[in-house]
Amino acid sequence: MNERLTHDPGTAIAIIGSGGSGAVTAGLILLAAVGHTGYYGLLGRSAGPQIRGGESAAMLRFGPHPVECMGDHFDLLVALDWDTVGRFADELPLACTSMILTDARHDEVPAVLGGHGASVHALPWRDLASTLPEGRVNMVALGSVGALLGLPFEALEAGVRATLGEKGERILAPSLAGVRAGYASGVDLGLNPPRVSGGGAAAPVAARWNLSGNEAAGLGAVRGGVRFVAAYPITPASEMLEWLAPRLELLGGSLLQAEDELASVNMIIGASFGGVPSLTATSGPGLSLMMEGLGLAVASETPVVVVNVQRGGPSTGIPTKSEQSDLNIALHGLHGDAPHLVLAALGIRDCAATVEWGVRLAEHLQTAAIVLSDQILGQSRAIVDPLTDQPFGGAGQAPLQRVIAPLADSDHRRYRSTATGISPMTLPGMPGGMYTADGLEHNEAGTPSSRAADHLEQLEKRLRKLTDFDYGSAWAEIRGEGERVLLTWGSAAGAVFEAAARLRAAGSPTKAIALRLLAPLPRAALLDALGGASQILVVEQNQGAQCFAYLHSLRVLPGHASSYARPGPLPLRPGEILDAVERDQPTREA
Amino acid sequence: MNAPCETPTRRAKDYRSAIAPVWCPGCGHFAVLSAVTKALAHLQLGQERVAMVSGIGCSSRLPAYVETYGFHGIHGRALPLASGLKAARPDLTVIVTGGDGDGFSIGGNHFLHACRRNMDLTYIVMDNAVYGMTKGQASPTTEADWRRSKLTPHGSGLRPFLPATIAFAAGASFIARGFAGDPSGLTTLLVAAIEHPGFAFLQVLSPCQTFRPEQKDWKQKVHASTVEPASDPIEAARFLQSDDGFALGVLYARRLPVWQPRNQVSATPADLEAAFLR
Ligand SMILES: Cc1ncc(C[n+]2csc(CCOP(=O)(O)OP(=O)(O)O)c2C)c(N)n1
Ligand code: SF4
Repeated sequence: MNERLTHDPGTAIAIIGSGGSGAVTAGLILLAAVGHTGYYGLLGRSAGPQIRGGESAAMLRFGPHPVECMGDHFDLLVALDWDTVGRFADELPLACTSMILTDARHDEVPAVLGGHGASVHALPWRDLASTLPEGRVNMVALGSVGALLGLPFEALEAGVRATLGEKGERILAPSLAGVRAGYASGVDLGLNPPRVSGGGAAAPVAARWNLSGNEAAGLGAVRGGVRFVAAYPITPASEMLEWLAPRLELLGGSLLQAEDELASVNMIIGASFGGVPSLTATSGPGLSLMMEGLGLAVASETPVVVVNVQRGGPSTGIPTKSEQSDLNIALHGLHGDAPHLVLAALGIRDCAATVEWGVRLAEHLQTAAIVLSDQILGQSRAIVDPLTDQPFGGAGQAPLQRVIAPLADSDHRRYRSTATGISPMTLPGMPGGMYTADGLEHNEAGTPSSRAADHLEQLEKRLRKLTDFDYGSAWAEIRGEGERVLLTWGSAAGAVFEAAARLRAAGSPTKAIALRLLAPLPRAALLDALGGASQILVVEQNQGAQCFAYLHSLRVLPGHASSYARPGPLPLRPGEILDAVERDQPTREA
Repeated sequence: MNAPCETPTRRAKDYRSAIAPVWCPGCGHFAVLSAVTKALAHLQLGQERVAMVSGIGCSSRLPAYVETYGFHGIHGRALPLASGLKAARPDLTVIVTGGDGDGFSIGGNHFLHACRRNMDLTYIVMDNAVYGMTKGQASPTTEADWRRSKLTPHGSGLRPFLPATIAFAAGASFIARGFAGDPSGLTTLLVAAIEHPGFAFLQVLSPCQTFRPEQKDWKQKVHASTVEPASDPIEAARFLQSDDGFALGVLYARRLPVWQPRNQVSATPADLEAAFLR
């Protein structure tokens, strides 16, 4: 991959305001506008715990190359008001080169923002808005920011239409008028705006997707063939369900809102037993409730997929903020010896690819797959390249699917211990294939059995089908080469890729490995990828260094490997990873 | 295939699998198994078109003994598993079996919501007012002063759960009660339950020979319900208020909207992807 792709800093903007100020709407429009102009972009959002009307912030980073994480600081902070900034201050790193734009009628920049040395510019948004019928400050501010950034007006207009078009002309017209007024006023401010490096727009506008990680995960599900979803609402997974509900109906499937997660996981087991690829989505508290059901899926060899959109834990934790702290339960939460799949999406676009892969693997291997996403992937939006068919290679190869038993097999045994461990399955409606799926240990025919030989045979086949399978190269994304390895998993990949790219650009060869498949861990492939690395830093967003401990338990890491793990809710930024690399060096050499 | 061949008549024994039940001699659950096979034969349902779904308990062992598709799931979760199956495969006849502990205690929440959801399922609860499989503890339907369990030596002290009343309050559209000691009545009720369009709840008084031998008395206690099956909720409520728990028959039956998936294919995933293009 082109070295430039991952370390061009692009431009980072935060728009903040109290509830109802329209900060997030302005961010969504700006994302669509930069997308229209031909840039890639990433829009994160932060909301307070209030159900409605709390403070909110939109954080946008965009540039000519795919944007995979938030940067170290914001170039531009747009404060629609300062009423609630105290709750966000630590999410708004600024540098001395940053600019703060604020309304001329507002108070001074609050001290909580700290000694950043950023320049402050007061603009007459409020006064301008008051001259317009139904004028809104956020739209005027958006227009002036668009002008500062050098975006063409038609891009802003397209962004407004794409974002608010569904609301009708009554909302659209005053919004556009506000943006236009702000745009006109902003052009001659005489400031030096933080433009995208290289200036101007990127290559001609190619077809790109504008989607959130939760939407991408929903798309991955239906691409993988999922036609039944049962789920119980939970932050931050609900948008995935909201995206899926009407669309599954169009595809001939359905979504059933269950009474709880104990029900939802069992519902998808039932639907999958009926032959329909099935999935549920949840977050930590719901995943905890699903564990017994997942064990049933493993034992009865019924394919199911759980997309777990992680949030701060334990317990109710921080529902609206991100953390990678459910790896332990995903790996180890099932009782008994219950081998299953654990995957993690490496980015917003990758939510689609990894969920699709998870569905196909679960179907083919007749097991449970837990796909880990998290709040920051799920609830952020990005402009990305569309996914190709078969995202993980295998061009010309038939996509993985469930192995169905031939009807004519007179010696059909549902749980036959085959060489691969995969036993061809029959489905209700198939004459002659009747069996009772069971979570009780059973023999090859499915008859309950507590004999040692049956237990061992079935345990071994359920393990073998996972460990002997060839997962190809999709188990990880590996970028760059070097004696130093930054090893990570899931959503931390974005910041790690950027940190590694910056190290390489600074002449310090660094390889980044981001694990997409965590269980079964492709140990040999990972050992090979680690090679004789002289420095290994395992990066993740949780307190307990969960992945680091897991890799150690499987004797993958050499003694000198170290860990950079910190809990959420603040997003991982490349700069702190570089600091951790720096700190790690002297200790190892000592 | 339109081959002009007659499907041979299926007999009750064709629905019995080769697996021998684990049940104690004299257990009421045998009569339920027999009624299930007779009802399926009466309805001439294709074995491969029926799915028996259960949780955990002595009663929940039943699916393995029936020669149809089956799923012996986990304790308390038979109803959701069956609901998912029925949502995905509306073409199947789905029958759920289990015990009073499975259905009213650990699975109590699912019971309420299955009644409300009114999917086209048949739910047979083999009620013996005890946890048989775990060797005789009090269940939700056990009398408050039953002292024979070591876990509740002074009795549970809890008012028993009223399955029919609670099913009614939760919106069930078909409520019936049968008795293992009345196999032909039970078969008739089961046929009616399977034929009912919607969620049909059939409580079967099914004595536990081993842990509740005194349930031999049930033979004397049961009586045919004197009222016609009510379809009027006010009448049904009145009847349920005076119900002694031993009235047998269809207690309530009413046509209510059935939860059904709306699966009509009108798009492909590629169509959905197009909406992301900006
Ligand atoms: C989660 C869980 N908790 C507890 C048990 C133990 N358990 C198995 S069966 C059962 C009660 C069964 O009673 P009931 O449903 O009334 O059926 P019966 O055996 O009387 O037919 C219990 C508590 C279990 N299997 N799973
Ligand atoms: S313990 Fe009771 S319920 Fe269980 S099989 Fe024996 S008699 Fe039947």
